[in-house]
Amino acid sequence: MSAPFAKLPAWADYVLIPLVNVTAAFLVSGLVVLFIGENPIEAVKLLVWGALGFGEGIGFTLFYATNFIFTGLAVAVAFHAGLFNIGGEGQAYVGGLGVALAALALDRIVPWWVTFPLAIAGSIVFGAAWAFIPAWLQAKRGSHIVITTIMFNFIAASLMVYLLVEYFSPPGSMAPETRTFDAGGTLPKLGGLFEFFGLDIGGAPANISLFAALAACVFVYYLIWRTKVGYEIRTTGFNPTAAIYAGISPARITIVTMLISGALAGMMALNPIMGDQQRMQLEFVGGAGFVGIAVALMGRSHPVGVILAAVLFGMLYQGGAELAFEKPKISRDMIVVIQALVILFAGALEHMFRPAISRAFAALAGGQPQTVADAGEGA
Amino acid sequence: MDLLTIVLVVDSAIRLATPLLLACLAGLFSERSGIFDIGLEGKMLGAAFAAGAAAGVTGSAWLGLLVAIMVSVLLALIHGFASITQRGNQIVSGVAINFLAAGLTALLGQAWFHQGGRTPQLLGDARFKSLTLPGADALAGVPVLGPVYSELISGHNLLVYVAAAAVPLTWWVVYRTRFGLRLRAVGENPAAVDTAGISVTWLRYRAVIICGVLCGLAGSYLSIAQSAGFIVNMTAGKGFIALAALIFSKWRPWQALGACFLFGLLDAIAIRLQGVIVPGIGEVPVQLMQALPYILTVVLLAGFIGRAIPPRAGGVPYVKER
Repeated sequence: MSAPFAKLPAWADYVLIPLVNVTAAFLVSGLVVLFIGENPIEAVKLLVWGALGFGEGIGFTLFYATNFIFTGLAVAVAFHAGLFNIGGEGQAYVGGLGVALAALALDRIVPWWVTFPLAIAGSIVFGAAWAFIPAWLQAKRGSHIVITTIMFNFIAASLMVYLLVEYFSPPGSMAPETRTFDAGGTLPKLGGLFEFFGLDIGGAPANISLFAALAACVFVYYLIWRTKVGYEIRTTGFNPTAAIYAGISPARITIVTMLISGALAGMMALNPIMGDQQRMQLEFVGGAGFVGIAVALMGRSHPVGVILAAVLFGMLYQGGAELAFEKPKISRDMIVVIQALVILFAGALEHMFRPAISRAFAALAGGQPQTVADAGEGA
Repeated sequence: MDLLTIVLVVDSAIRLATPLLLACLAGLFSERSGIFDIGLEGKMLGAAFAAGAAAGVTGSAWLGLLVAIMVSVLLALIHGFASITQRGNQIVSGVAINFLAAGLTALLGQAWFHQGGRTPQLLGDARFKSLTLPGADALAGVPVLGPVYSELISGHNLLVYVAAAAVPLTWWVVYRTRFGLRLRAVGENPAAVDTAGISVTWLRYRAVIICGVLCGLAGSYLSIAQSAGFIVNMTAGKGFIALAALIFSKWRPWQALGACFLFGLLDAIAIRLQGVIVPGIGEVPVQLMQALPYILTVVLLAGFIGRAIPPRAGGVPYVKER
């Protein structure tokens, strides 16, 4: 493939191509809607209205977006080191243990702002611990991190069912969930804040863990682009051989990166457990760990991109629920289809439109196009 | 534990191992050619839905099987296009295939059949029914041999025997044919295969298509042989257990049979042990038994019991110019 190949300007690389890829994903989603006999334009209208058209919708959109910022950052940080952490789902699930333990221990004694930092610490410790084993196995024993993190998702699912049934379920209750936390284990909702701006978000569970998520974005930005460790992580991701030559230990970077990634995934548990339900339930992660993959790919592993992609997926989740209510034929599974298509087009097929776009740029430039071998490396 | 109990547990292990084995062999072809495939789960799920839907509408199990294989091959070709032609990330593509199948089967199932994602209940010829091998009834009364032959060997549906036959066939294709030699070579060193004037792309596409066909059989087994219709998320992680079995068998067909049977047996024992107190141990948590295939695979991958080394070129897109 040595077609004429103009070097693309940065904005085309970082904005245009991702935009084209995501547009392709949504166009194909539209075809799916057509295929089941509904009008895609009407569906988009209903979806956007459901997500942003009224206060409660916006509140729910932000609630879901909070989950996806955490899990998206988790996947993004690992991507920078060239690691694919599919285990966000399991790490978030186990991270819930840290949140639940902190809340169960303290909710009747102290106010929420004492519990909150300890719950954050707990989610970080448990999430990171669940990522540590696959990381250590990759670093020291060479076992493929993708496979081990997949396996650890399933192991986490079994472990959590066991713990919830045997240890966390209050006496006399058959439901596999913890008791409901008191005020000390409940995060304040954002309702008051939005009322200040004249918006009523009703019963939407958006809560202050959104700010924890935004703080995590700032942290990730500084970590990856402004610290020595971040530099080492990116170097290892670009070229492990060069990293070794520069005196960076890939084993250490693998473990450090995965600990950070697992911690971020674990923090996602704050939002549903302390922010919404005030208890830990079975399957509380609900696929958010996997949505993180799509969010990270769509957001090009940059915190700003992750926020935008997370809000978009938050809109899909909330708007999708409204859409399914209005048009029962388009059930909420449509979101999973869109998620799959985003992963496919923004991830696996990310270079598909590049030759055409660079040809277009070469034609526009009119000059002599450079001939560069297409470096078709993966994500 | 008397003989009959053992026969019943092993019999249920065979039923549970069959879809794993078909999917595991599917993965073997793909991964031996250098295309990692974590999308076995999605292809199985897509095939299970297609089989259930087509058999439900047409009333023919054979048409169900055909449509299932077509759907599974189509998903395999998407994976192939992304990973072979577009040289995309094979893991990302596999993840996409899994979600695509999970979303589309539930969405279309609800849109078409309005039964919460189920396909219509299958009756009569719309399913692959149990076959009674010749002499099974006559031998049933004979001690030891009788129950083993009539319960264990006879009385399964066609796809179980297909899966069993697929093992020696896979062995023969992979180790005794020219295609198999090239398949193994392209997974280890595609540049050498290319230098010999053989198309890496076409070889890998053929491997991916075979993978699709076998996943189609595995999915059909679930919805139109073992059960009488499709239910949402019917595979429930079986594709990943098959992947674990593939690693456990170190990408070899006979060992794949052993690994799948082991995981099927674990599953069968777990069902049997539910709520039973084992003398000396107490009640074994069902969750532990369910997690055991994954734990075993992690231990194996860690190299504590032998070493699982994947095909060398696995996961790496082949670029001709370099």
